[in-house]
Amino acid sequence: MSVETVAVEDRGVLAATPVAPRALMRTLVRRPAFVVGAAILAFWILAAIFGPLAVHNPLAQNLAAINRPPSTAHLFGTDQLGRDVLARVIAGARPVLVVAPLATLIGTVAGSALGLAMGYFDGIFDDVVGRFVEAFMALPLVVVGILGVVALGGSDVTLIVVIGIVFTPLIARTVRAAVLQERELEYVAAARLRGERAPYVMFVEILPNVLAPIGVEFTVRLGYAVFTLVSLSFLGFGLQPPAPNWGSDIAANFGLVLAGYWWEVLFYALAIASLVIAVNLIASSIESVLAGDGQ
Amino acid sequence: MSAAVGTAVPRPALELSHLEVSYRVRGREQRVIRDLSFAVAPGESFGLVGESGCGKSTAALAIVRYLARNGHVGGGSIEAVGRRVLDLSRRQLREYRAHGVSMVYQEPGKALNPSLRIGRQLEEVFALAGASRQSARERAAQTLADVQIAEPEQVLSRYPHQLSGGMLQRVLIGMAVASRPQLLILDEPTTALDATVEAEVLEMIAALREQLGMTLLLISHNLGIVARMCDRVGVLYAGELAELGTAEEVLRSPQHPYTAGLLRAIPSRQAFTGGRRVPLATIPGAPPEPGQAPAGCAFAPRCPLAQARCQEEPPPLYELAGGRLSRCHFHEQVEGAFTAADRSRADAVAAVVDGADLDAQPLLRARHLSKTFTVGGRSVRALADVDLDLWPGETVGLVGESGSGKTTLARVLAGLTAPATGAELELDGHALAPLSGRRGRDDRRALQLIFQNPDAALNRRHSVTRMLSRSLAKLGGYQGAALARRRTELLESVQLSERHLPLKPGQLSGGLKQRVAIARAFAGDPRIVICDEPTSALDVSVQAAILNLLSEMQRARSVSYLLISHDLGVVRYLADRIVVLYLGRVLESGTADQVFAGPHHPYTAALLSAVPALDGRRPRIRLRGEIPSASAPPSGCPFQTRCPRKLGAICETVEPPLRVDADGHGIRCHIPTDELAEPGSGDRSDAGGF
Repeated sequence: MSVETVAVEDRGVLAATPVAPRALMRTLVRRPAFVVGAAILAFWILAAIFGPLAVHNPLAQNLAAINRPPSTAHLFGTDQLGRDVLARVIAGARPVLVVAPLATLIGTVAGSALGLAMGYFDGIFDDVVGRFVEAFMALPLVVVGILGVVALGGSDVTLIVVIGIVFTPLIARTVRAAVLQERELEYVAAARLRGERAPYVMFVEILPNVLAPIGVEFTVRLGYAVFTLVSLSFLGFGLQPPAPNWGSDIAANFGLVLAGYWWEVLFYALAIASLVIAVNLIASSIESVLAGDGQ
Repeated sequence: MSAAVGTAVPRPALELSHLEVSYRVRGREQRVIRDLSFAVAPGESFGLVGESGCGKSTAALAIVRYLARNGHVGGGSIEAVGRRVLDLSRRQLREYRAHGVSMVYQEPGKALNPSLRIGRQLEEVFALAGASRQSARERAAQTLADVQIAEPEQVLSRYPHQLSGGMLQRVLIGMAVASRPQLLILDEPTTALDATVEAEVLEMIAALREQLGMTLLLISHNLGIVARMCDRVGVLYAGELAELGTAEEVLRSPQHPYTAGLLRAIPSRQAFTGGRRVPLATIPGAPPEPGQAPAGCAFAPRCPLAQARCQEEPPPLYELAGGRLSRCHFHEQVEGAFTAADRSRADAVAAVVDGADLDAQPLLRARHLSKTFTVGGRSVRALADVDLDLWPGETVGLVGESGSGKTTLARVLAGLTAPATGAELELDGHALAPLSGRRGRDDRRALQLIFQNPDAALNRRHSVTRMLSRSLAKLGGYQGAALARRRTELLESVQLSERHLPLKPGQLSGGLKQRVAIARAFAGDPRIVICDEPTSALDVSVQAAILNLLSEMQRARSVSYLLISHDLGVVRYLADRIVVLYLGRVLESGTADQVFAGPHHPYTAALLSAVPALDGRRPRIRLRGEIPSASAPPSGCPFQTRCPRKLGAICETVEPPLRVDADGHGIRCHIPTDELAEPGSGDRSDAGGF
């Protein structure tokens, strides 16, 4: 039981108080998992913004110094074209941190709208759309992504839209479940008795009360978006070389690992892992605070 | 029993001395219990009463050492069944909980594992004590028989969700007493139950206590229950003992203004005299926030007797005659002061006569309302051919157990649920669309609803300003400056002020939330307001204020109420006419006097007798079992399966008509009205003194 719930139960007064954003933040900063996740994420955001100023040019080739192991001149070594790996790791953060959040945002907005409609209009609408959503979710994410990129061409905008669309039904399902609970509460009945129309009830009355699960869903999906984006790039359907990006850099170099050039893959992989883990740490901290468990 | 008080008892079964408990909330210590001392003799039944937030449950949890993680005992000691509870080791604590003490909680639905059968959960109790499988099974069945469950074998194989609340609470009490504890703690054991079921469960607890010789600690906000069940009672206020004494004396002549205030806030007691509705006594203000220690008496800010001394000098626990204690400097004056206050309140409204204008045409006319829900492929009959008239300015009380169709009726009238075809709804002589969305603005504003639970009825993300403004705009058509002016008037009429406007529901207490909900319902000057259990989520003192407010709003705006309540005291206080509903059928209808004075329908008689009275224990009419499932209503008369006065075959085959006499008093029963009035039917003799 959280600190809040206990005191609240005893007074019996504030039982339905939602967690206010400021109180949520206060509780979160006391959780080590959240602090670590936020620090890593902050590092990557700073790297995406200022990184290129601080390191070598990631595109500059030096054919005199190819496949060099880490040294003081090149902390992470160089790749087979003699490009600085550290520079490419840092520079690779930017496309990921632009595409993944925008894609997640599109998916969250579209998914929330769809979920609100599914939860609010039960009956035929929910049944029909619900079947489509389930069918869509049965398809493997990356395969759908590849089909989308192949059909629409591989630009950043396409990636954002494709990943956003893939996420929409997933988010819709979570939001629908939350809306189903809310719509039974009497404030919704009160709004109907006042003569409010469906869009007002959905977006003004219900939406503010389901923002918490939507926020959790956004952070969880953000981690998946990073992962999906890098996977697509690795397979050659995402961000295109020669621009630095982690997925295609691994794809270009992973054949060399067996030859002993481990640094040309490891640092990209660590970058991906640290970003995904950071986002997931943040997501799970928020989720558990909202669910009200533990201290 | 009470004779044990004050005499030389070797060792109390439970003794708290100078107990202090606090919770740590956001890094701050909040003291919830202050210097609490009382003792309960072996075999005695002790009641702990007070409003929510006064520390009752915390005290109970401290006794079983089950405080939440952020709570801790800051001082004092607890001695229970021969053990110093605060000093027990982990092992000893286990043993103490297994054999010394048991506790039953308020929400029976949450206390059992929903995915395990009752039998499995009950057998576990015995298996832990070392019984073999076979004997555990037998003893589980025996336990259910002990708590008066018919067909225990069948119940053992059910899952918790298949049992009613009353049955679950019996199972839990059975589990609690299975280990034969010396001390049984009951925390609001019947608050979630219907009055008839509550009466049965309380009777069962009393019988068990007698049989097992247990000591009982009963926590309740309901003074009637305490009067009926307890030998002695302690009144808690702001974590302190305000008053202590035998239940009889404390409830008859309270010596602390808080106890006196609580007693006078109960609507059933004295509020309806000679056709006049006397405003209920209220306790102004709210209890102090936990952790705030006032300089003087904690109750002083709300006390009508408070003087300068009370603000400065905290009163000690004065020892009075007969072992009574009172934490009030002016305890001798309590009784006289309150009697005078009652009289002046009664005089103040002597001239006011309200009630319905029965010569006009009905404001709302409903005929043949039926509603059948389909749940999991089975049809559930919630309403069956209900007729209802509501006249201008009157209040109709709608009474019945849960499952009787009260709330469905409210939702059908409000247009939230469509009735089955064949229903006729008329407002002021013109047809009313069955669904709210199809009604015009004038019809919508004319008929509004106040919901049971203000937490759910107010959008927790919207401020008071937003909720009221939107209602004024949508229902009243107000805009701009006119809207702001009207909003201020509305706030004042429910006794709120401008400073409440920016607040959100989470920042308001239960009573204030219900005031906002009432203001919202009145935003469009409604002609009918349906109140669905408007006070059941509130404390007695807050309930009194809300009932006064509803009464006041009716007088000022001549609105009609349809009042749904399971609390007959509330209905008695507000209603001009009463309709008794059972399994979606009207069993009795008439003026409040007719229904309360009799002759009654046998079901009404049982409902009336089930209400715990403050004054003495009166004969109760027992009903067999619980309300049948609405998915398989009984043949013939819907009440025949539980009726104590069933005639025979005719009740099982022929549904009696609603027989209406010349005065408009209708009873649906095969027994002739004059026979129903005869004594021997178990009626109480003093219907008026309810």
